[in-house]
Amino acid sequence: MTDRIHKSAIEVRDVSKVFGAGDSAFKALDHVSVDIRENEFFTLLGPSGCGKTTLLRMIAGFTYPTDGEIRLYGQNIAALPPFKRPVNTVFQNYALFPHMTVGENIAFGLEMLDRPKAEISARVEEMLALVKMGHLKDRKTAQISGGQQQRVALARALAPQPKVLLLDEPLSALDYKLRKDMQIELKRLQTETGITFIFVTHDQEEALTMSDRIAVMSAGKILQIGGPRDIYDRPAERFVAEFIGETNFLKADVATVADGKADVVLPGGTRVCARLAEGFVPHGKVTVVTRPEHAAIVANPDGAHLRGKLSSVVYVGTDTHFRVALESGESFCVRRQNSLEQGAAFAEGDMVGVVLETGAAQVLKD
Amino acid sequence: MADPTETFDVRRQAGFPTVAVVCFFLLYLPIAALVVFSFNDGTSIATWEGLSLRWFAEAWNNDKVVEASIRSVQIAACAALIATVVATMAALATTRTRNYRGLDAKYAFINMPLMVPEIVVAVALLIFFSRIKMATGYSGLGYLVAAHTAFCIPFAYLPIRARLESMDLSLETAAADLYATPLRAFRRVTLPLLWPGILAGLMLAFVISLDDVVITEFVKSGGQDTLPTYMLGQLRRVVTPEMNAISTVFLLLSIAIVTAFFFISRKKD
Repeated sequence: MTDRIHKSAIEVRDVSKVFGAGDSAFKALDHVSVDIRENEFFTLLGPSGCGKTTLLRMIAGFTYPTDGEIRLYGQNIAALPPFKRPVNTVFQNYALFPHMTVGENIAFGLEMLDRPKAEISARVEEMLALVKMGHLKDRKTAQISGGQQQRVALARALAPQPKVLLLDEPLSALDYKLRKDMQIELKRLQTETGITFIFVTHDQEEALTMSDRIAVMSAGKILQIGGPRDIYDRPAERFVAEFIGETNFLKADVATVADGKADVVLPGGTRVCARLAEGFVPHGKVTVVTRPEHAAIVANPDGAHLRGKLSSVVYVGTDTHFRVALESGESFCVRRQNSLEQGAAFAEGDMVGVVLETGAAQVLKD
Repeated sequence: MADPTETFDVRRQAGFPTVAVVCFFLLYLPIAALVVFSFNDGTSIATWEGLSLRWFAEAWNNDKVVEASIRSVQIAACAALIATVVATMAALATTRTRNYRGLDAKYAFINMPLMVPEIVVAVALLIFFSRIKMATGYSGLGYLVAAHTAFCIPFAYLPIRARLESMDLSLETAAADLYATPLRAFRRVTLPLLWPGILAGLMLAFVISLDDVVITEFVKSGGQDTLPTYMLGQLRRVVTPEMNAISTVFLLLSIAIVTAFFFISRKKD
């Protein structure tokens, strides 16, 4: 770890949430703990029903934990109603007040805090400028486009200068192009305002693009927390590896373990040095994962990590996808970026070798 | 041959225009006749004897008609107001909550007056109120207001609930997120958005109360005729175009209220 000490904005301590009771009880969150640092862009990533929205709603105060503590700068806020928490939310459907203008929407939170009129109007102008919506101040929210509504929702939530901004899949209603723009915009707003953002999404690309750190969630649990690179390059569990990007899974046997690395024997008998999640000591039969772009196809199978027959070669513009049927019966995918100077040409049916980059193999915990 | 790609359209069926015209004719002919004969100069409600506003003047100068009208409006205003307040609270309580066992029973309970035959309620109230009258000695308009309030509640409740259900619950959540206490969230967000529903409920309740005969007839004490019960009483004697004149005014008033509501609610949206 780095020697810099990070101040926690939100500390979630052993939080559980059970909906219903008895046989129909559903555990939405199962003893979740996470620290979210000040000024970071933190993403809760997972499929629908994984508990990410429940956790966000709990931080906002729309639902209360069955068990555990939620601390905001050290203060336990788990039992506070939402209107007493210095935390604001950007809702999935924006939830703009339809009977108010853009300006009135942005002013709402400050009015509820009983701030002086002059301060409110100055802050509204500032917010309008921040999201580049100054010219639409007096429009009703129904008269502006989806992307503009998104900006108003952001401005409204940022206006009271919350300690933490919560974003509940705010980009899911936008079309692809606009979503791309807003990703950059969100990152800019986060940097400019210096406010801690907690972002909920099921879109792995969105998470990788914007986040400082990501928590991958499944079935009410946080499986892995780390930077985009950690999550992508070094998935600790099968679910994380499967959920984010494309991955090759190989069965392997652990030979030796030392210094957070393991020598494993791949199908076909070759040895490779694989990385391990922190503090994890594997033994016996394990699963090793490798991203398709962290391996290369070679014509000479001798000395390669894996051997097999090319079962398909697919050109997809930026890349070429090779699928190798390994002698062990497993299938392995390799992705090669295309350039004008084509490398060696391969055809379906060729016997080829697969070479893994150093550090490309990662041992899964399960 | 009809185009096979065209979907079924009732307007293209044989005889549709005829049926439609006949239906409208039958619906509105009696009303049209009533309105026409309110301008009849003679005393008959069936033979035309010339155009005149005589019966409108007659009704206007008839103290009993004026008195009954004022009483009707008083009762309707009080009952509609109370019923709307109660219905608004009931609608908020039944929509701003997660579904739970017994919620459907509550809907049914609130809407009971729509299902129970009016005559049953009328008789029940007659017996019930007469006991109270004997016990307290009070015999004012309060009984009529209470009775009208009771049957007006579901009429006020339905449009308000419909409006609430179409309203996004996340708006109130957003208000709470932006530091609005429940009361301020209600005043600044829920109420302004609910307003058209409340107005619709109020007007509907008012018209329903104004129109009531059965319950009023049973509950009223002597000298407490409302306009409809007065008219009913008159019909037992000689029927003159004065009844037509009163009905015509009644009709215009209803149309005015509905039109006013239409414009108010359109502006609010």
